[in-house]
Amino acid sequence: MERIPILKMGRYLLVTVQVDMHDRLAMTLQDDLTNQIVEHKARAVLIDISTLEIVDSFIGRMLANIAAMSRVLDAMTVVVGMQPSVAITLVELGLSLKGVYTALNVEKGMEFLTTSLSGEDGADAGNTG
Amino acid sequence: MPVIRDELMQVRASDDIVRVRQMVRALAVELGFGLVDQTKIVTAASELARNTLDYGLGGTTLMEVLEENSRIGLRITFEDNGPGIADIDLAMTDGYTSGRGLGLGLSGAKRLSNEFTIESRVGEGTRIAITRWKGR
Amino acid sequence: MTPTGTSKIPDILTKYRADILTDWTRQQLENTAMRRGVLRESDVTEQSGEFLNAFAEAVGAGNLTDLRGEKWDAVREVLAAVSRSRAKKGFTPSETAMFVFSLKQSLLTRLRAEIGDDTDAVASEGWTVNTILDRLGLFTTEIYQKGREEVILRQQQELMELSTPVVSLWENVLALPLIGTLDSARTQVVMESLLQAIVKSGAAIAIIDITGVPTVDTLVAQHLLKTVAAARLMGADCIISGIRPQIAQTIVHLGVDLGDVITKATLADAFALALQRSGMMVASVKGRS
Repeated sequence: MERIPILKMGRYLLVTVQVDMHDRLAMTLQDDLTNQIVEHKARAVLIDISTLEIVDSFIGRMLANIAAMSRVLDAMTVVVGMQPSVAITLVELGLSLKGVYTALNVEKGMEFLTTSLSGEDGADAGNTG
Repeated sequence: MPVIRDELMQVRASDDIVRVRQMVRALAVELGFGLVDQTKIVTAASELARNTLDYGLGGTTLMEVLEENSRIGLRITFEDNGPGIADIDLAMTDGYTSGRGLGLGLSGAKRLSNEFTIESRVGEGTRIAITRWKGR
Repeated sequence: MTPTGTSKIPDILTKYRADILTDWTRQQLENTAMRRGVLRESDVTEQSGEFLNAFAEAVGAGNLTDLRGEKWDAVREVLAAVSRSRAKKGFTPSETAMFVFSLKQSLLTRLRAEIGDDTDAVASEGWTVNTILDRLGLFTTEIYQKGREEVILRQQQELMELSTPVVSLWENVLALPLIGTLDSARTQVVMESLLQAIVKSGAAIAIIDITGVPTVDTLVAQHLLKTVAAARLMGADCIISGIRPQIAQTIVHLGVDLGDVITKATLADAFALALQRSGMMVASVKGRS
């Protein structure tokens, strides 16, 4: 069965969506991601959609679901690289993806995660010291 | 309104939604639509094709290239013989859904198009047509 | 109108082509004496010759009433080319239409010389010539107008692109100073160029400054909000600055909900906030006040 590959980088999971996803593929990705967050004790999920030409309400809902589910599993989700035309269309469609973190590209997304998660590590260090 | 070209596609399975998207994209590119206009019409088509499948239990998508007063447009008509919509106003409301969607399909598709018409009869089916004109 | 087939006009056009062309060209050059230098004699002769050929053929084909029909395609093509080139050279509509009107004199003179003894025929053929050339003259005006509209449209487009420069204020910080009235089309162009610039520069903060915008109505406010929402989806934050007191009042009176959009009174305030968010600060150097 067709799958979107999930890369593990330390405690981050990286997904690059490069195909025009049909609905079943999107659902499979949602399942795979939640499984892998638990399996690898991942702290964060980075979803790169820079090559995606459209995001309709179905894919939008999938992104929001992944963010909500990973939050429950104590991981952060950042969606990166949304194209301007896609963003304009999504706003017109009425979807704002509230609760989903966004960044301009993978690099900025990583930076954001490192800053956000280092705060927690810092708190841990404070407790032990 | 003169139709200079048309394509008819079946919407029977989830893969057909992807096919409709790709066909609409190809037509929009061919007609010289800007990137934002392309994305809007493809997204609207994706929403309505999914509605045809999920709520209309399958149907057809007709894509037509229009030419009127030297402007070019793309009209896409979705037709099904499903259960129909009892209260169209309610169905057009943001956030309302009778299924498990977000309830943005109809209202969102309308916002993404220049023209939008909907006809539905309970027990007979639904026909929705959207048009987007080039460069507006 | 003269019944098709019995008209003498086709014969005259063929028989006296050279004479008519000479007369007509001379006439035109006299009429447009002011324009000498812009209009070369060789061009006038060439254009007039082309027109006469197409005109003779169309008239010869018999249909003297349906000037929009395909028999007259070639004539309209020649006229369109002449009108466009004259519109570009700065001719007035009347000067452009004179191209056709000035043909009347030489054509009618020949007509009278040829069938002068038959006054009824002269009147009737004269009427035909007048009608056809009048309509063709109006056609040049139409084309001229269209050419002008195209120029205006292109200028509007250029102006729209010129009037929305996205500038980089600092690493990571973009600014879009909006000046002038915002309509729907312009706001859309603005929105797209800002979002493109964000992707290109990788700037995480964009300041939209509306100091130079005289009024903000509901539609414009909505466009601004959509831009902010789209930028957020892409991973960038927007700050709207330069909101003048009247605009603040309008926004509240219109009931526009700016939601969680960050607003600042001046571009300087917005810039300070942007720097702070990027982890930078502006400090005064000691020894200066």
